[in-house]
Amino acid sequence: MLTKEDLIIVENKQIAKDTYEMKLTGEVVQFMTEPGQFLHVQVGDGWEHALRRPLSIANVERDNVSVVYKVIGFGTEWLAKQPEGQKINVLAPLGNGFPYKDVKNQHVLLIGGGVGVPPLYYLARKLKDQGNTITTVLGFQSKDAIFYEEKFQELGHCHIATDDGSYGTKGFVTDVVKQNAFSVEKYFSCGPTPMLKAVIQSMSIPGYISLEERMGCGVGACFACVCEANNDIDVKGYRKICQDGPVFSAKEVVLS
Amino acid sequence: MNLSVHLPGLSLQNPILPASGCFGFGREYSQFYDLNKLGAITIKAATGETRFGNTTPRVAETSSGMLNAIGLQNPGVEKIISDEIPFLEQYSTPILANVAGSTEEEYEYVAKTLSDSGKVSALELNISCPNVKEGGIQFGTDPTLAASLTKKVKDISDVPVYVKLSPNTSDIKEMAIAVEAAGADGLSMINTLVGMKIDIGTGEPILSNHTGGLSGPAIKPIAIRMIYEVSQVVNIPIIGMGGVTCKEDVLEFLLAGASAVAVGTANFRNPLICPELIDALPELLDQYAYSSIEECIGRSWKNARESAPFSRS
Repeated sequence: MLTKEDLIIVENKQIAKDTYEMKLTGEVVQFMTEPGQFLHVQVGDGWEHALRRPLSIANVERDNVSVVYKVIGFGTEWLAKQPEGQKINVLAPLGNGFPYKDVKNQHVLLIGGGVGVPPLYYLARKLKDQGNTITTVLGFQSKDAIFYEEKFQELGHCHIATDDGSYGTKGFVTDVVKQNAFSVEKYFSCGPTPMLKAVIQSMSIPGYISLEERMGCGVGACFACVCEANNDIDVKGYRKICQDGPVFSAKEVVLS
Repeated sequence: MNLSVHLPGLSLQNPILPASGCFGFGREYSQFYDLNKLGAITIKAATGETRFGNTTPRVAETSSGMLNAIGLQNPGVEKIISDEIPFLEQYSTPILANVAGSTEEEYEYVAKTLSDSGKVSALELNISCPNVKEGGIQFGTDPTLAASLTKKVKDISDVPVYVKLSPNTSDIKEMAIAVEAAGADGLSMINTLVGMKIDIGTGEPILSNHTGGLSGPAIKPIAIRMIYEVSQVVNIPIIGMGGVTCKEDVLEFLLAGASAVAVGTANFRNPLICPELIDALPELLDQYAYSSIEECIGRSWKNARESAPFSRS
């Protein structure tokens, strides 16, 4: 049920360095049942910011949806300043989420990096409800950038890697995966493209990845956010990340 | 209030249509509203063969606008006719098909294939895409080439041909006069302006194509000025576009000299913008004592001529 709606900010707080969690409520939240889907959020008043910002669903609890964003420019700076009670216009829910419904009673590995971590939390909750054992590996730049560690710990083992070694394992998420040789049957991953490439290369089991890209319309009309399809299995050439994804089978796409 | 406008090949129940490249082939926005509401639908550019377009990033936000460098990604004219246009046939809305190519021959092939399909009401000759290396803009900046291409496409097309002009030229009037003389039935203007945005963190341009086409409200004054100038030197109608975001913009484009108004970037921010504009127009026209769209067209300069008879020789 694709909707354009003004959601109301219930909470908007800093949870790590430059990183904010916003909770929103509104009618459309009841349709946000698929982890991996996203909200296309209008930023700013007037036309200073022409484009919406795609933000993944981090969690849905009761009538509230959570999103996590990093302040990296004027648009996200504006977002961070918005008070409780303020209305924010969103298009939602957009895209196709993680295929989790048939994953039951398995050991599943979740691998996230930076602001790619949030959609994995809603996924982890859904997977846990279906009797799966969850192991999570999260990568951050440094200790002060870490968020959601405790939340993931509640659902299973959570390993942290930091680029600078200020917390957990020094290095990348793939270093943690190599060191631990987890006996898992499936993986789900979201994070920066170089991380996803490394993850795909290091894994021999089936996996799904969620991609990030600069978007225009968010609904598949403008062809801005595309990625290359794996031509061995698909001759269409490109996939639209907003409409065909943002979640893809790791075999389906070629990351550049 | 009568909102209808009759243009060559396009009988519009209202003057609002989405701009090419901002509306795909209609499917996505049909999730938000009934496409029968639109005056017409401009579909994404067709080329002779499948084009994959540029690598990403393809868009960047700028102040009151955006840059895009999609690079004419499309499945090719034949697949557009077989896989995309049939979806739009369930609607009575006229289709304006955007035609692109690298060579005159490719433009002719695409135009003929679309015209022969019998499924489109008119063609929009895209000689102004700034984001492809060959074709597109080279035809859009040289009046002789533009006129030659227009004539060739006119010769093989059974439906009217609108030429989409580029603002990236020193004299857009010269281009307009040249394509009118070559037989163009109408003009679309303006396409995007070439721009660039640099990531101050990496020190490099954000778009993989480095440059892109600037659209959105940032370019509206340029579009208004160009339509104002061109509409006074040609006798063919203009579909105006460039940064339309509200009903007042629609009226401003009509007053500048446009006969219909296309909405581009604003669709991305508000998928319902087109029907909202259509619904809001009657009251706005009424407010300014206009009783039809016709009355508004070119009023900005027609008025000046009437009230200042000594200003022109």
